[in-house]
Amino acid sequence: MIDKRVATLAEAIAPVREGAVVMIGGFGTSGIPFGLIDALAKSGVGGLTIVSNNAGAGEEGISILLRNGQVARVICSYPRTPGSIWFERRYEAGEVELEVVPQGTLAERIRAAGAGLGGFFTPTGYGTRLAEGKETRQIDGRGQVLEMALHADIALIRAEEADRWGNLSFHATARNFNPVMAMAAKHTIVEARHVLEGPMDPGAVVCPGIFVGSVTEYGVRP
Amino acid sequence: MSQKMSALHRLSDNDLARRLAQDIPDGAYVNLGIGMPNKVAGFVPAGREVMYQTENGLLGVGPTPAPGTEDPELIDASKQLVTTIPGASFFEHSMSFAMMRGGHIDIAVLGAYQVAENGDLANWATLDEKHPPAVGGAMDLVVGVPTIYVIMRHTGRDDAVKLMERCTYPLTGLGVVSRVYTDLCVLDVAPEGFRLVELAPGNTLEAVQAVTGAKIHI
Repeated sequence: MIDKRVATLAEAIAPVREGAVVMIGGFGTSGIPFGLIDALAKSGVGGLTIVSNNAGAGEEGISILLRNGQVARVICSYPRTPGSIWFERRYEAGEVELEVVPQGTLAERIRAAGAGLGGFFTPTGYGTRLAEGKETRQIDGRGQVLEMALHADIALIRAEEADRWGNLSFHATARNFNPVMAMAAKHTIVEARHVLEGPMDPGAVVCPGIFVGSVTEYGVRP
Repeated sequence: MSQKMSALHRLSDNDLARRLAQDIPDGAYVNLGIGMPNKVAGFVPAGREVMYQTENGLLGVGPTPAPGTEDPELIDASKQLVTTIPGASFFEHSMSFAMMRGGHIDIAVLGAYQVAENGDLANWATLDEKHPPAVGGAMDLVVGVPTIYVIMRHTGRDDAVKLMERCTYPLTGLGVVSRVYTDLCVLDVAPEGFRLVELAPGNTLEAVQAVTGAKIHI
């Protein structure tokens, strides 16, 4: 029998180890697994590499992990959102490393990991500072940059609905990085607004359960 | 200098956005950058159906929701609350950037710190190293979208030149800009450099050339 349901967020987060690479879904304030992040903050696990589009804002989400000093390194496309005070503080103090990645390259590096690819050539960033030191090639008459797959130990995902098989659907623009990150981690942990009693309509599944490790209901919506 | 400046007649941000909006054709798929580019959507002439894409996974962005109908999980790239229009769709991030990089979006409208006469664009980082760099989706857009329109004020703070022979800020993309709309003029990026399309009402070429760091060809 397949049953990926886990009763509490604390239990769900237990597989996260010191120094893990953790992908966190979301964009801005939409689709962020706030419940799982809170549980990770309470767990006190540190030395984390966080892969996410942004680096938190205010006193919630990834900001809590930064405030607590649990983050050693951030890989993201846009760390400098209004109110990203904890990231800026840790960055300026030299307490957190930053790798800035163009947003589409970030998504595709994550997808490549989930799809079993070593990397890919992209015209994005060719000739810019973000391509320095990277292998390049002329393909179809254009300069292209070799970008490597980006793997994670853990992905923290926010879904709208889940079933016990781990199938997921998403609400509006809360989808963003969530399905692609679910593919790229060794263990994917999901908080869903609703965990269904029965199976989800197969045609409504956006992220198939094969990519999911556990699901926990967390009804709170931002 | 003061004589030079007094001879300039600058369009307001709204009039500049209205001018650019005239060049968004019916049926276009368009990505609007954060800030001034976002204003363009409000000025597209009635009767044209335009699909706006936002990088965080929505094609068919509609206007700001009416009070009481906001959905906190329905936002655009500026993290502002939006709505959807008929025909809209949601999708995940790698597909969103496949739309851009794969050449499926027709036009992107972006802001800029600097544009060079060879079409180089600088709009993601300055030379200020104090702040962490942040690139977002700009580099993916400029390599994939065939028509890149830049909308910006012609000069920067303290009258700094923004249209120049070569950018001095870190580049977003090389040779990617098609056309620049400023509060003083519209310029095409042509093989010979900046080519004048039109001057904003009341300006002379001489006065606009004086605040431009590269030759304006006519």
